[in-house]
Order: sequence, then structure tokens, then C-alpha cells
Amino acid sequence: MAKSIDVQDLDIFYGDFKAVEGVSMTIKAKSVTAFIGPSGCGKSTFLRSLNRMHEVIPGARVEGKVMVDGMSLYDPIVDPVEVRRRIGMVFQRPNPFPTMSIYENVLAGNRLNNKRMPKSEADDVVEKSLRGANLWNEVKDRLGKPGMGLSGGQQQRLCIARAIAVEPEVLLMDEPCSALDPISTAAVEDLIHDLKSSYTIVIVTHNMQQAARVSDDTGFFNLKAAGKPGHLVEFNPTKQMFTNPDSPDTEAYISGRFG
Amino acid sequence: MSTGSSLTPPPAVSARRGRLALGDRVFAASARGAGLLILLALAGVFVFLLIQGIPGLSVDPKEYGQGFETFWQYVGPLLFGTIFISLLALIVAVPFALAVALFISHYAPRRLATPVAYVIDLLAAVPSVVFGLWGGRALSQALKPVINWLGDYLNWIPLFKGPASPNGQTALTAALVLGVMILPIITAISREVFAQTPRLNEEAAIGLGATRWEVIRLAVLPYAKSGVIAGIMLGLGRALGETMAVTMVYSSSPKYMLNIIGDTSPQTIAANIANNYAEASADKQHVLIAAGLVLFAFTFVVNFIARWAIGRGERKLAR
Ligand SMILES: Nc1ncnc2c1ncn2[C@@H]1O[C@H](COP(=O)(O)OP(=O)(O)O)[C@@H](O)[C@H]1O
Ligand SMILES: [Mg+2]
Repeated sequence: MAKSIDVQDLDIFYGDFKAVEGVSMTIKAKSVTAFIGPSGCGKSTFLRSLNRMHEVIPGARVEGKVMVDGMSLYDPIVDPVEVRRRIGMVFQRPNPFPTMSIYENVLAGNRLNNKRMPKSEADDVVEKSLRGANLWNEVKDRLGKPGMGLSGGQQQRLCIARAIAVEPEVLLMDEPCSALDPISTAAVEDLIHDLKSSYTIVIVTHNMQQAARVSDDTGFFNLKAAGKPGHLVEFNPTKQMFTNPDSPDTEAYISGRFG
Repeated sequence: MSTGSSLTPPPAVSARRGRLALGDRVFAASARGAGLLILLALAGVFVFLLIQGIPGLSVDPKEYGQGFETFWQYVGPLLFGTIFISLLALIVAVPFALAVALFISHYAPRRLATPVAYVIDLLAAVPSVVFGLWGGRALSQALKPVINWLGDYLNWIPLFKGPASPNGQTALTAALVLGVMILPIITAISREVFAQTPRLNEEAAIGLGATRWEVIRLAVLPYAKSGVIAGIMLGLGRALGETMAVTMVYSSSPKYMLNIIGDTSPQTIAANIANNYAEASADKQHVLIAAGLVLFAFTFVVNFIARWAIGRGERKLAR
């Protein structure tokens, strides 16, 4: 079940260093939301605070509120492991488990917690997820082969299949195409478009054309100055952002005058 | 600007190249030299064992003692004892070493991990005579009640058949001492490979909602497997050749037996050599060296199998 995310006044820290300051936004369910901005402005940091991946770094913490469909993500009673099961993540570089077959990679998330599932059900999950990730036709004859044997683009789609196999409520993607060639990038972009009908998707991209192509809403992050925390400059529907942005800074960034 | 000038580098650059190349050559030569020297030393040991040991294969049977007719009858129980005691030491050390290594690399906060790692490393610097003394005097005393209890209640297990030794100086004690001795090397190597797990793989697991143990199972252990096996093999190598800890802790005789809490237990090759070398006749010395040759060959085979296992793991990863 796709969920919406409501962020209120979020500050994000690495130890004493405040990396992101004062972010508020509403991410709509069953839509694609893109984050753009110069590198180092905290896009990845913010994205990782949305499934509590941020806090695995020693000393890292957040202040503020993140609500997923009315439930507070950082409430003390909430188990971060449970959060990450429900809010999946795809990383910048494809990271299939090197010792596992394609088949086992897809099921890795489902197999956590020692959950047993009958073979026929497992087969169904694998096929459905690989079809969902537009990879089924390419790998259906070699499911037992190692995931590392695939091309970079196929590996990334395998990682997407692994993420959607557990049917998450939200899918976070951190520059999922930055290590891919243009053809694989197009395949992943098509996939994002298809996934939107069932998932809430948040994607970080350094590629503004990509943001314009795939997203419904866009957030522009920036640094006030070097060494200062990153902040959200503007959050608007993508169409408006790229034609008639509210902020002159956004306008300058999009038209390529800095960054 | 002339385009032709790019063919010859400016003098400053080529002079530097020359120096670097010389440094490279010196380094390559000394590295190759060191490698060859080690091979040579190893070959020298092997040749010595071969020349001195071969006559030991066919001496007067009385030199083998205990009524053994041939060298192989004599060395069989010793080889059995060596492997038996070493495996017991591994059973003691491996789970503990892996747990400590994981604790240091993945569970402990930094300010606890560093001192724990340091203390374990220090264990490796303790001379084995000290371990032998500690095992024979202190640990054996402390283990008496345990050994008695094993002999009373678990004597249906062949290992604890008893009768329990009254002084606590048993093969079980020796296996524990050996286990402590090989703990540092296995721990050190394991924690290095655990800590080197690519962040990428760990994040893949964390992002799927893996608990800490599941991260270890999904990302750390498969990645570290070949390195851990290498560490265990180094530990086994040390246990196979260890002399003091076994000679000083329990009284042994060359017999095939499984009882590790009795008065006497299987002897190892190293202990056999240490016990007999001082007052050995010339023939007996050849016999002892031949036993050493068997230990050398066995250790070589173990390492060879380990290399093969590690290589297989790596080839599987690379595919
Ligand atoms: N693990 C970390 N520890 C400390 N600081 C970090 C860490 N990761 C990122 N940062 C800092 O946080 C800021 C934001 O980084 P990041 O979120 O990676 O930016 P972006 O993804 O927009 O390029 C940068 O100043 C970066 O140096
Ligand atoms: Mg980033």
C-alpha cells in the first residue's frame, strides 16, 4: 500500500555537523518526487533520513518530524528495522549480494526474519518482482546464475526487483542511474514510470532532464554557503518548477547558471 | 607553439622518471629476493628433514618402542594425536574467535572495540612456555571439578570416558590452552576481513530491513568466508606444531584413544620429539626427524587444501 510522507522542520546531523536544516515538505502517495541540487547539499542525507538509514552512521541523528501516513517515523516505539522493511531503498551503485543467485537476490528481503515460504509462492514472487523491474525476459532462463554476472543496468534493475519483492510502501532511490549507460538509464526511467501506479517513489538525481522526465513534484536543495547546512529552497510540481519557479535561485540552477 | 616538441619530454621530467625507475627496480629486486630467500629456507628445512629423516624409516624396530614393528605403526598414533588435539583446540577457539571478531568489528562501540582488540593481540605475544606453565599449574587445578563432573555424568560420551584424572592435567586442559594460544591469530584475521566488508553490501542488507545479525549473515559472512578460512588454517598450523603447551600440560603416550580427561592421552608428534630428543641415540634421532617430516608434510597438505578452498571461494565470487 503506497503511503504519503509528511516532513516537518527536519534537521539532520552527523555528530556536531548539521548537514541539513529546516526541511518541510509533503510527498504524495503514488507519485514520483525528485530531489535536485548541487552535490553536497544534503539530498542523499535527507533521503536516507526517510527510512532511518541515516542513523546507522555513528553519531548521526535527526531532529524534527517525519510522518508516514500519520505514523511518526522517529517515535521511540518505532523499530527502525521495521521501517526499512516498509520503505525500500535503491542505491547509487548497484549492490546485489555477490554470493547469491539472481533468484536468491530477489528473495533476500522476503527471507529476512527467517520467514519460510513454499517454493511455488517464492517462484511467484520472483517472477512478479522481475517482471515489475522489467528484467524477467532477460534473466528468466538463468535465475540460478549469480546476480553479479549481469550488466550494470541489469544489476540495478535486479536491485529494484529485490526492493519491490517485499512490496514496500515507499521506494527511495538515490541517483539510481548515475552508474548506468544511457540505454539502461532509459530502461530504469521507464520502470519508474510504471512503478508509480503502485508505489510512492522518491528519487534523487543530479540530472535535471531526468527529474523533468520522471517526476510529478520536485524539490530543489541548496547550500547557503560552503560549510553551512543544506536546505530546501523550493518544492513544487515539476511542471511549474521547470517553467515558472518561485525562487530566483531555482531559476538560476535550472538554467545552468551555477552548480 | 610547435607540435613536434611533445615527442621528447622536458629534461626535468625524464630525470625524475629515471630516479623513479631505479627506485622501482631496487624495490622489485629486494621483494623478489625476500620471496626467494623464504622459499630457499623452506626448501632447506625440507631437504634437511628428508636427508636426516629417511634413514629413520627403516631402523631397528626396537627404536620405535612400544612394540611397534614399522615406522608407520609408530607415527600413526602420533599423527592421530596431533590432529585430534589440534581439532579440539579449533573447536574451542573458532567460535570464540569469530564471536570476538564480530564483536570488535560490528557490535562494540569504538572505545570498547579498540582495547578488546588490543588485549587479544597481546595474547599472541605471550611465549608458549608461559602458556604451558599456566596450563599445567593453574588451569589444570581450576578444571579439576569440571573434569570430575564430566567423568561422572558425561562418561557415555567417548571423549569423557574417564576415569577422570585426579590432577586435572589432561588433554582437555591442553586443548583449552592451545585454543587460547591460537585465538589471537584467528581473531585478528577474521576481524580484518569482517571490517573490510564493502559498505555497499552492508547497506544493501540494512536497506532491506535486516537486523544487525542478518546484516552479518547476508553481507559480512559470505564476503569474509575465504579470509576466515585462511585465519582458521593459520591457527590450525600453529596448533599442529605447538610443542610446549602440550608437552607441559599432560602426560601422553602414542596410542589411538578418544578419552581426553584421563591420566594419559594421545601424544602429538611435536610432544614426542620434545620428550625424546635429548637422550635419543643416533638412530632414534633419525626416527624423530622422520616424524617431523610427517608433520611438515601434513601441515603442507592442510595449507594446500586451505588455499584451494579459498581460491574456489574467490573464483565463485568473481564469476
Ligand atoms: N558519513 C558522513 N559523515 C559526515 N558527513 C557526511 C557524511 N555523509 C555526508 N556528509 C556530509 O553531509 C553533507 C551532505 O552530503 P550528501 O547528503 O551526501 O549530499 P548530496 O547527496 O546532496 O551530494 C556534505 O557536507 C557531506 O560532506
Ligand atoms: Mg548524494
